[in-house]
Amino acid sequence: MNPRFRRRTGLGAALASPLAFSACGRRPVQPPEHVSQAEIDEAMHTPTELNFWTWVPGIEKQVALFEEAYPDVKVDVTNAAQGAGHYAKIRTALRAGRGAPDVAQIEYEMVPAFTITDHLLDLRPYGAGELEDQFVEWVWAQVSGPGGEVWAIPQDTGPMGMLYRADIFEAHGIEVPATWEAFADAARALHEADPEVYLTNFPPSQGAFFAGSLWQAGADPFGGSEGADLKVDVTSEAAQRVTEFWAGLAAEGVVSTDPDFSDQWYQAANRGKYATWLTAAWGPVFLQSTAASTSGKWRAAPLPQWESGDQVAGNWGGSTNGVFNITEHPIQAAVFAQFINTDPECTKAMATEQFLFPPTKALLEDPEFTGMELEFYGGQKVNEVFAQISETVSPDFQWPPFNDQVRADYGATVGTAIAEGSDAVAALSDWQDRIAEYAEFQGFTVEEGS
Amino acid sequence: MSADTASEAPVAPGISRTAKGRKGGKGPRYAKTGYLFVAPFMIAFTAMFLVPLAYAAWFSLFREQMIGGNVFVGIDNYTRAFTDPQLIAGLGRVALFFLIQVPVMMILALFFALALDSALLRLSRTVRLAIFMPYAVPSVVAALMWGFLYGPDFGPLAQLADKIGAAAPDFLGADLMLGSIANIVTWEFTGYNMILLYAALRAVPTELYEAASVDGAGPWRTAWSIKIPLLRPAIVLCMVFSVIGSFQLFNEPSIMRTLAPNVIVADYTPNLYAYNLAFVGQEYNYAAAVSFVLGFVIMAGSYLFMLATNRRSRS
Repeated sequence: MNPRFRRRTGLGAALASPLAFSACGRRPVQPPEHVSQAEIDEAMHTPTELNFWTWVPGIEKQVALFEEAYPDVKVDVTNAAQGAGHYAKIRTALRAGRGAPDVAQIEYEMVPAFTITDHLLDLRPYGAGELEDQFVEWVWAQVSGPGGEVWAIPQDTGPMGMLYRADIFEAHGIEVPATWEAFADAARALHEADPEVYLTNFPPSQGAFFAGSLWQAGADPFGGSEGADLKVDVTSEAAQRVTEFWAGLAAEGVVSTDPDFSDQWYQAANRGKYATWLTAAWGPVFLQSTAASTSGKWRAAPLPQWESGDQVAGNWGGSTNGVFNITEHPIQAAVFAQFINTDPECTKAMATEQFLFPPTKALLEDPEFTGMELEFYGGQKVNEVFAQISETVSPDFQWPPFNDQVRADYGATVGTAIAEGSDAVAALSDWQDRIAEYAEFQGFTVEEGS
Repeated sequence: MSADTASEAPVAPGISRTAKGRKGGKGPRYAKTGYLFVAPFMIAFTAMFLVPLAYAAWFSLFREQMIGGNVFVGIDNYTRAFTDPQLIAGLGRVALFFLIQVPVMMILALFFALALDSALLRLSRTVRLAIFMPYAVPSVVAALMWGFLYGPDFGPLAQLADKIGAAAPDFLGADLMLGSIANIVTWEFTGYNMILLYAALRAVPTELYEAASVDGAGPWRTAWSIKIPLLRPAIVLCMVFSVIGSFQLFNEPSIMRTLAPNVIVADYTPNLYAYNLAFVGQEYNYAAAVSFVLGFVIMAGSYLFMLATNRRSRS
C-alpha cells in the first residue's frame, strides 16, 4: 500500500475514533470451552503476525526469546504511550473496531476497566488456568474474575515499602519507624530539627499511592462489586484513618506536599529535602537512576504499620499482559502472553536485567534475585526486603471498573483538600458522591457502604 | 447552473434563447471550470471538516453507557451542558482570563508596533525579531520552560528571591495560577499580534503622514489620530483571534497540570474538561456536546465583539 494513502486512512480512523463504529469492526472471539494441545500446536506453526503494545523498556529481549521458540509467529512491538495515553489509544482503536493490538500492557488497576467493556479474552481455555500455582496468591487474585476467569497474565508488581536516607536518620537520631504513630513523631522531630528537611513527601494527587495506602490499612472500597452492581465505600473507618493521618501531617507542615515525578520533586529528592520515599518495589531502581547524586545513602525497609506488631503492605503499580478479544489469533496471542511471563529465561531477564519486580514464586525465592546487592543502598539486599513484603500483601483488594475516573475524582476532592488544608475527611464524602453519581450515570446499580 | 439545465431541458425555444442570450454562450463552461478549481479544496474540506463535524453533532445526541448500551437522547446532553457547574465555572475562568490577559497583550503589541513603525528605534529588525521569536516556540515547550522558571523551591525566580531574602510568590498556587498562565500566553503571542499590527501600519499611505506633518502634528498626535484609527480593522482581527485563543485554552494548563495537579483540576478550562470527559470518563457523547457548546460560545462572543466595535465605529 502506498504509505501516503495509509497515513490518510489512519487520519480518517483517528477522526472517526470517538464514534460508534464498532458495529462494522471485528466481532469479538467467543472463547471456546477448551483448546486442545493439537490445536495450539497447529496454530503455533501457522505463520502469524501479532501486535503487542507495551511501554516496557527492553521487552525486545523477551520477544526474541518467544520468536526463537515459535519461529512462525512474529511479534510487532509498539510503544504507543505510557499510562493514560496508552489506554486512550487502545480504547479508541477498540471502538473503531480495527487497529487495536492483539496483546497489550495493562496495569492491574485497569484490568476491570477492560473487562466491564467486554474487551478482554478469558485465557483459561488456552492453558492459563494451570498457571495459578506459579504466581503469588494476591497477584493472581488481581487478574482473576469472579467466575475464575483469567483476564491477564501478571508481569511485575509493586508491593509497597519505605526507602529512607540512612545518613539523615543517623544525623538526627531517628530510628526506622515501625508504626505510623512513630512515623508521625519522627516527622515532627525531624522538621523541627531541620526546617529544610521533611520526613517524607505526601503527593496529594497521587491516587495510586493513596489506593495502596488504603490497601495496607485494610480498606477495600470496591470489594464485592460484580458486573453492573457496584459497591462503593471510600468513607470507611480505615479510609478515614489514612486520610486523617496524612491531612494532619500536611496541615502541621511536617511533611511536604509536592506533586511527585515533577521537576520539583526530582530536584528535591537529589538535594535531600525528603528523608524517605514511601514507594513500591519498582522504586529502588527508579530512584537509583533519578537521584544518582545520593548514592550509598539510602536503605529499604517495610512500611510503618497501623497496628504495632502487624506486618501488612499494599501494592502500588505493576502490570500484566492481556489479550483483546478482537484478535484474529487468540491462540498465538494467549500463548505469547503466557510465554513471556512464565518462561524461566524470560522472567529471569525481566527481574535481573529490566528490574521488573517479579510476581512468580520461583523468582521471589531465587537467591540469585533476592541476593542482589545494590550499591546505591549501601550494598543492602533490597530485593530480599521487597520479596518479604510481597508475602504480606492482602489478596482482598478490588479495583473499580472505571479507575481512571475514580482517580481524577480523588485528585479533585481528597487530594486537593489535603494539599490546601481543608477538611479532608469531608472530602472523602465528596469523593464517594462523585463516584456514585458517575457510576449511576454509566448505568451501574450503586450500593454505598457504611 | 440554471443556464446549464436550460440548455438540456426541452423547454420553449424562445425562453431558451433569451436565457442563453442573457448569460452568454460560454457561461456553463466557465462555471464548470470554476467548480473544478475549487474541487480539491472542497473535497478535503468536506471529508476532513464538514463530515467529522456533522458526525460529532449527530454523535452528541446519543448517550452510551458502560452498562446499558447506546441510546438516542435528543438534546439531553446539551441541557446537561448548559446547567453543568463544572463547564460554567470553566467558561467563567477563561472569560476572566480573556478580560485580563488580552488587553495587556494588545496594549504591548500596539506599543511595540508603533515604536517599530516610528523609525526612531535603533536595531529595529533585531528588536522585531526578538519580540516575535517566542511565537516560534511551540506552546508546549513554552509552558515547560515557564513551568521551570516558576518552580517553587528550585526555580530561578524562587532562588533569586531567596538570595535577596524575600519569599517568591507562589506562582503555581491557586491564587496566581491563572495569572501565571496569562503571562505565558502574553509572552507567546505579543509578537504575533505585533507583526499583524505592524504589517497594517506599513500599508498606511505615506501621504497621510505628510498631510499630518503639514498640519503641524507631532509623532504622538500622528500615532493617536492617524495610525490607531487606521489600525482598527487589524485590531478587531487580533481581538477575534484572541477570543478564540482564550476560550480554547488547553496546552498551557495541560502542561502546567503536572506541576500543580491540585490547582489545575480536570475542568480548569472548557477544552480541558471536554478532553477529560472523553478520555478519562469515557463520556464521548457528552464531550462532543460540550465541544459544541464551547464552539457556540466562541461564535457568539466573536460576533458580539464585532457587533460592538462596528456600532461604535458608525456612531
